[in-house]
Amino acid sequence: MTNRTISMQLDINERVHTLALEARVTLLDALRDHLGLTGTKKGCDQGQCGACTVHVDGARVLACLTLAAQAQGRRVTTIEGLAAAGGDLHPVQAAFLEQDAFQCGYCTPGQIMSAVACIREGHAGSDAEIREYMSGNLCRCGAYPHIVAAVRQATEETR
Amino acid sequence: MKDFAYLRAGSVDEARQAAAQPAAMLLAGGTTLLDLAKCGISALDTVIDVTHLAGLSAITFDQRGVSIGALAKMSRVADDPGIRQHFPAVSESLTQAASAQLRNMATIGGNLMQRTRCAYFRDPTAFPACNKRAPGSGCAAIGGLTRNHAVLGTSESCIASYPGDLAIALVAFDAEIHLGTRRIPADDFFLLPGKTPEREHPIEPGEMITAVSIPVSLAARQSTYLKVRDRQSYEFAAASAAVGIELAPDGRTIRDIRVALGGIATKPWRARAVEEALKGQALTVDGVERAALKAVEGAIAHGANRYKIDLAPRVVARAILKVGGLA
Repeated sequence: MTNRTISMQLDINERVHTLALEARVTLLDALRDHLGLTGTKKGCDQGQCGACTVHVDGARVLACLTLAAQAQGRRVTTIEGLAAAGGDLHPVQAAFLEQDAFQCGYCTPGQIMSAVACIREGHAGSDAEIREYMSGNLCRCGAYPHIVAAVRQATEETR
Repeated sequence: MKDFAYLRAGSVDEARQAAAQPAAMLLAGGTTLLDLAKCGISALDTVIDVTHLAGLSAITFDQRGVSIGALAKMSRVADDPGIRQHFPAVSESLTQAASAQLRNMATIGGNLMQRTRCAYFRDPTAFPACNKRAPGSGCAAIGGLTRNHAVLGTSESCIASYPGDLAIALVAFDAEIHLGTRRIPADDFFLLPGKTPEREHPIEPGEMITAVSIPVSLAARQSTYLKVRDRQSYEFAAASAAVGIELAPDGRTIRDIRVALGGIATKPWRARAVEEALKGQALTVDGVERAALKAVEGAIAHGANRYKIDLAPRVVARAILKVGGLA
């Protein structure tokens, strides 16, 4: 069936949402404008900055280049779904706070989602490897040294 | 993005039929298609989502080589132990491409269909003239800012460079692109711009890449992908080389050698003149550096991209010496 407006169910942070969206709506716009989940940020909206990084079926991807319709049947995790049910921060979130790994904070949700996946992939073995595998997340404030320190700390804590 | 319809294909045949319609495009990872749709370039009326099709993402080896399903993600192919063992240049070309997020999204089939990063092509509002985007409208890049444009394979119609990394390795090691039962050698899958830069591949509406196969060879097993760029990571190549060598039992005579270049040409550029100059010769620093100059025979600079003519042979030489154990 071909459709310009699609009725869809999206599994976001272990909750199923039913939505009717135009086919062209990205996962990013669905999260921010239709579900009120504004933790995922819109930076470049063209796949260049990483601010919109979310997990789909556990893999880090860019929500700005994913159609919401493509996420049907997948498990989506956003920054809002990272902390434990009781409110305890995820170890990567805590490490970003402890290492002061941000200034303005706009890129931070994307950095954290990317870092969680980076550690899980086993690509955080050294500072050089962290820098390489976190290169898809830009920080215009230039907080990179602290971001690398936070990823290193979280890697050691979760080892 | 302009409004479009969405179809989730239930089978390859359904996807092919739908894709044969005007302004219908196959959607896999979306990293090129949706990006270009946002730039106002892709004239989309229907996107056909093929990402849920089963059976198109396997990586299978037999004695002749590997077959990689078109929907396999770049990240999975890059990390596959068999690919890393038999085709290190392929794995390295993938890990040095894009970012971790994009590699988790982009598929092997979609990677081969990526479009040029020519800034004039990507900005139709500021630069209406682009023969690739609007045939016959001219080329805003010629006479413009050309630092990232091609020096090989150009025409009076187009100097846009081919941006990808994977295809450089595929061309070097004689991969084939499978469109169902039809196969096209990787080198032939990319067309020179000539007078028709809008036509980039010899495929017809309704055809779909189903797999990529690469034959095993000793040269592919002893291979590397060297990428030189303005930033250390997450950047397109200023110049790159996929190189593989098979040495004779004496350890210094070159029995087989493959060389292909990226970042400098309008398509993945197999450097057969370099290969011919070195085949049967002893592997020496002097000989390699001299032969590497043949990689840019016939190159034409368009202003700021002149540096590529100096850079590319050095990248080729360094890659050959690296796999040959001399660097």
